[in-house]
Amino acid sequence: MGLTGWLRWTWRQLTSMRTALVLLFLVALGAVPGSIFPQRGMNPERVVQYFDEHKTLAPILDRFSAFDVFAAPWFAAIYILLFVSLAGCVIPRTWQLLQNVRAQPPSTPRNLGRLPQHATFTSAKTPDEALAEAHALLKGRRFRTALADGSVASEKGYLHETGNLVFHLSLLALLFSVGMGALFGYKGNVLVTEGLGFSNSASQYDEFRPGKLVDATELDPFRVTVKDFQADYITEGPQYGQAKDFAARLGYQGSSGAAEKDYTLRVNHPLEIDGSKLYLLGHGYSPTFKVTDAKGDVAFNGPAPFLPQDQGSLTSEGVVKALDAKPEQLAFMAVFWPTASRSADGKTIVSVFPGPENPAVSIAGVFAGDVSKGPRSVYRIDPSMLTRLKTETNVLTVGQSLKFPDGKGSVEFTGYKEWVTLTVTHDPGRLPALISAALAIAGLVVSFMTRRRRVWVRAAAADDGSTVVEIGGLTLGAPTAEFDDLVKALRPDDAPTEPVAAGSTKE
Amino acid sequence: MVNTDLANTSNNLLLVTVLLYVVAMLAYAADLAGTKAPAGKKVPTGKKVLEGVGAPAPAEPVDLEKEPEEGGRDWGRFAIVVTVFGWLAHAGGVLTRGLAVERWPWGNMYEFVVAICLAAVTGYLILLVRQKAKFLGAFVMVAVVIGLGAATIWLYQAPGELVPALKSYWIAIHVTAAIVASGGFTVGFVATLLYLAAVRFETKGRPAFMAKLPKAEEFDRLSHKAIMFVFPIWTFAIIAGAIWADEAWGRYWGWDPKETWSFIVFAIYAGYLHARATAGWKGKKAAIVSLVGYAALLFNLVGVNVFLNGLHSYSGM
Ligand code: HEM
Repeated sequence: MGLTGWLRWTWRQLTSMRTALVLLFLVALGAVPGSIFPQRGMNPERVVQYFDEHKTLAPILDRFSAFDVFAAPWFAAIYILLFVSLAGCVIPRTWQLLQNVRAQPPSTPRNLGRLPQHATFTSAKTPDEALAEAHALLKGRRFRTALADGSVASEKGYLHETGNLVFHLSLLALLFSVGMGALFGYKGNVLVTEGLGFSNSASQYDEFRPGKLVDATELDPFRVTVKDFQADYITEGPQYGQAKDFAARLGYQGSSGAAEKDYTLRVNHPLEIDGSKLYLLGHGYSPTFKVTDAKGDVAFNGPAPFLPQDQGSLTSEGVVKALDAKPEQLAFMAVFWPTASRSADGKTIVSVFPGPENPAVSIAGVFAGDVSKGPRSVYRIDPSMLTRLKTETNVLTVGQSLKFPDGKGSVEFTGYKEWVTLTVTHDPGRLPALISAALAIAGLVVSFMTRRRRVWVRAAAADDGSTVVEIGGLTLGAPTAEFDDLVKALRPDDAPTEPVAAGSTKE
Repeated sequence: MVNTDLANTSNNLLLVTVLLYVVAMLAYAADLAGTKAPAGKKVPTGKKVLEGVGAPAPAEPVDLEKEPEEGGRDWGRFAIVVTVFGWLAHAGGVLTRGLAVERWPWGNMYEFVVAICLAAVTGYLILLVRQKAKFLGAFVMVAVVIGLGAATIWLYQAPGELVPALKSYWIAIHVTAAIVASGGFTVGFVATLLYLAAVRFETKGRPAFMAKLPKAEEFDRLSHKAIMFVFPIWTFAIIAGAIWADEAWGRYWGWDPKETWSFIVFAIYAGYLHARATAGWKGKKAAIVSLVGYAALLFNLVGVNVFLNGLHSYSGM
């Protein structure tokens, strides 16, 4: 076998039904680890946690991309082979179908009695009349027909193959659409406290994930302000504390510079701006503080976003950094309880409800030093670089203050605001993907509902002057009742039937 | 708001459903074994039963529409009547649950499994009318009684409100399609098991209690019909889910475990449809592929909620 022969052999193997079958199983099997191991693309924190818990296993798994299965080279190899196989299989079939549709129906087999469906009867019409009648009937039923030497050949049901091909080609189109979205789309996450806003630019997002071909300097410059956020909770019964509804009132301004508009953003009701979509994904509390430094000047006055530690009670933790404090910068760690209450044993305070019924904070470590040299995250400080001013914790309700030791200043817990996390996605593949998917289903349904079938009718004069009409039918897949209808329509009401064959369906 | 009276009515109706299905199951089994009891008494006729023992399957096709013999009780007809009453109680149970919680009654795993069982029985009744598939009855009843029992014992959830993410008309579209498809796959699964059993009987002889079971091809044909009917519905359920995910979570596909397993189920059943058209894979091998597909479907339904952690975590587990 020469090189071309070998290539041809490989191609034939790749585009065979057996290979398609094996690749379909492989793609199913390959997806399994993606559901078992945490995935970096979905929840990177859990991947980190997995590494902590499985110190030897995790790096080995990582070598096989177990934490990025759907971006793994081996997974890509499977689905690319599958789709190459699909194209190699389906494109020639499309070609073939186009030729078949234009060709004559296959000519009448010599022995119609051998076909799975078969009927014979005698008629008083002449052979020509009988054939003309059959021809008209089949044409009326939208068979493609050909009349030749004493018989009618007919064929119908190319929609089956057409539907099948549309389905497979749509899968190909779906893959391209998804790929297009991945290359030209982007996604940004941002946390916004009530009263604040953001504009659609890469630098304003807490996390920004652009596709490979996105120019991050050219995003549509729309602006969004969060006016307020409202969460409703169930206040009685076994589901006490479960959220009923979330709504964020927004003001937004499209990039065309039009006037600001209002929108109430809810779960399941994203906002569309300039071809991008904005979603409400999460919420939490930003307690507000007023920090006064050693000289009596206000060094911080406003909200600090705290991260929920537990979704049921929204007990949240965070840090406050007073970078303007003089002579030294100040920072403290705190816990926020939306509805503070003593625990059953009276020793600790817990939050018993996620809504702000009785907000309180406890201020734990207070620190002084070069806070701005530590982590840049607004949620963390590095205590090892700072001087600890106090260790015991103090609980404050709204309006209460705490004096720092050594005259370093004080903090007042002034209230709270709520924050929301918003996600902006821009995905030019979204609509093409939807169209491809809809076409795939349409193709599938059409293919399952139709079958290709052939019907032949032969009429010949018998010795006694009558005409013997023979009908044969062949259906791809299980035979249909249509054949029996046709026979019934053609057979004269009084015609004697051949006992074995009338409308029979043989295996 | 939850209407407790209606919720209790729903629980009671479902209890009645299970009892009726168990009765139907026994009656179907009696029918399959060829039992004909003279009115009022259950005495096997013996002859029919003995025929099957140890002997190769009878060559003549079984007459599925045979009228009951004079004076005998037709267990098959009795079973069908009980099934229909069971179905009515079942549908009533699902409906009252929906009215009790004032939403679509498939918001948690308990409700979902109960609804899938209803879809499976509905699918069986459709096959009964259109394909005379009475011989599937006993086995569909077994599957559904197991499903309803498991739902009531392990998955039961007091009626209640949904989390905000589930409050969308997409629950009507996406979840309903998934329920109908799962019900149909269940019928296909039962028929596939029987196909494999019947293939075995053809070489090894059939046991007496299956005297009236038809030939293997009949089961193959029925399971293919059921799967072919619901495969596009499953595909639609996935796509509707993707549209919903796009509204709720900001992306239409994210390989969340539930999405991943729905895709796996799709790929395996696509494999089954291919296998039926691939030389060397028809018959038994294709049947095994469809069993694997059903196993993946069950894992997606239960395992993903219990073992894997994802966005679809409203099962109440
Ligand atoms: C993404 C991969 C694929 C999927 C999900 C898929 C799915 C399906 C489904 C659901 C059917 C049954 C629908 C119908 O009969 O119209 C089918 C049929 C078919 N597929 Fe595929 N397919 C894939 C790839 C391929 C490939 C690579 C080939 C060629 C090697 C192929 C060739 C065929 C053929 C010939 C049929 C008709 C079978 C018959 O006559 O029953 N498919 N496919």
